[in-house]
Amino acid sequence: MYVTKDLVAASATPMVLGILANGESYGYAILKQVNEASGGQLAWTDGLLYPLLHRLERLGHIESGWRTSSSGRRRKYYQITEQGRAELADQRRQWVAVVNALKNTWPAGGLPPLPALSLGV
Amino acid sequence: MTIDSGRDMETQFAEWRTYMGRRRAVRATDVEELEDHLRTTVAELVDVGLRPDEAFLVAVKRMGNQDALAREFARVHSERLWKQLVLAGDPQASATDRARRDLLVAVSFAAVAAIGIKVPALFGLDLSGDEAFYQRNISLFALVPLAAYVAFRRRVGIAPAGVLVALFALGAVGANTYPLAEDSQSFALTFIHLPLALWFVVGLAYVGGDWRSQRKWMDVIRFTGEWLIYFVLIALGGGVLTGMTFGVFRAIGVDIEGFVQSWLMPCGAMGAVVIAAWLVEAKQSVIENMAPVLTRVFTPLFTAALLTFLGAMLWTRNLIDIDRNVLIIFDLLLVVVIGLLLYSISAREPATRPTPFDRLQLALAVSALLIDVVVLLAITGRITEWGATPNRAAALGENVILLANLTWTAFLLAGFVRQRRPLAHLEQWQTRYVAVYALWVWIVVLAFPPLFRFA
Repeated sequence: MYVTKDLVAASATPMVLGILANGESYGYAILKQVNEASGGQLAWTDGLLYPLLHRLERLGHIESGWRTSSSGRRRKYYQITEQGRAELADQRRQWVAVVNALKNTWPAGGLPPLPALSLGV
Repeated sequence: MTIDSGRDMETQFAEWRTYMGRRRAVRATDVEELEDHLRTTVAELVDVGLRPDEAFLVAVKRMGNQDALAREFARVHSERLWKQLVLAGDPQASATDRARRDLLVAVSFAAVAAIGIKVPALFGLDLSGDEAFYQRNISLFALVPLAAYVAFRRRVGIAPAGVLVALFALGAVGANTYPLAEDSQSFALTFIHLPLALWFVVGLAYVGGDWRSQRKWMDVIRFTGEWLIYFVLIALGGGVLTGMTFGVFRAIGVDIEGFVQSWLMPCGAMGAVVIAAWLVEAKQSVIENMAPVLTRVFTPLFTAALLTFLGAMLWTRNLIDIDRNVLIIFDLLLVVVIGLLLYSISAREPATRPTPFDRLQLALAVSALLIDVVVLLAITGRITEWGATPNRAAALGENVILLANLTWTAFLLAGFVRQRRPLAHLEQWQTRYVAVYALWVWIVVLAFPPLFRFA
């Protein structure tokens, strides 16, 4: 299945913030997690994750720091800030609203069921 | 993986790095971050059985188109192209529309500046007859329109705009209310220092009220260097134009000296002040960072010259011929050296490692310091002997301020070269020190004349 670019772009920020909310991480690991979480259905261009991370950092949603990884190379790790958590909560509310609206407007039969979005909001 | 293919991979990584690093919006640390990603991907693919070169191809492909990537970086880090003014316009308008409107705005402000210099003539103040008036106020005529233009482009808020107006008013008061004789030292000092003092007000307009932002003050420093270069270029062109016009008209027996002196030159110069600022912003991509390029060329030359001078001083044991102007020459030397350091810092990515060029800069700073210390030692005794005059006090004060800056700069630079501290410290130091310069020139303009009883 192919997810359109617009949807990928729209979901990128909450996804990255959500992953970082579980603990600090770095670019490659974040992408891997996105891949696993979506069963490979969300195709991100690897490189484009980094400008996104830099933008979130600039906005103050995440922070970064360089550390030496186990491979001996310098690696940039990112972690979420308080502001980022608030942003994530806000985005969650928006997604719940969208999913609920979709659920209520689509006809019931003939389509795969929309999974319940249990975000605890 | 054999050693050979390992080396081969390194070449491929190096090529990729160079290619990616060539993009202006992508900094060395970004390339490092992306490279880490690339290498992790390659390692993972090799683990599942791909040959290294195959893995490299796949990893590069997954990384995505380099142009698209660079574009995204440029969008996030617009300051790297420091084009905020150009980008600040209406995002809906097309690029050509915006460029045309920007030009129109710049030309309007330039026209106001050009007309402004002729306004006093309406009140009977003639350029050739009332030179003192123009000497006092020339910087106001030139820099008020410039600050207005910059503030307009920055969409400065009401409160910061009020501060700008108040500071210009203060400058006007300093220039015009003191009873200074035209041949007094204080008059000359004000003539030199008022433009500098007002330039900091232009800087204030440039940071758009956000005067705590060090990044923006660094942009002011960049802007200053580029503006100066453009202004000099325009002045050179203007000189050629004036000379030609003059000669051509003389050939047909028409004397246009009066027109050139009272219209073409003053109006042209005032307009050029604004136009140079517009060029700095609009033509960034054409002539980006001219100042750092010149710095690269002249740092080795100045270092060689200073070291030779130092050697000659020690070898011949000639004392510096202490004449009244000697301090001013050495002040200028310090200004040039600090400028050379500043403009190479301004174009650097703070996270990069020290290069041989940084050592060269350290050598430049240290040799300038040594020379200046010798001069100061030699001159201190003489200053008490001569007595304090406005000129000497100003020159000495400037020397001390510049020396303090250079000493700490050399210290920070040495720390950076030995990888003890990041270059960012040096940048912070320089941007903070701007306040010291500003304070000093304002003191010279406002406090010196009464302090020295308008001598």
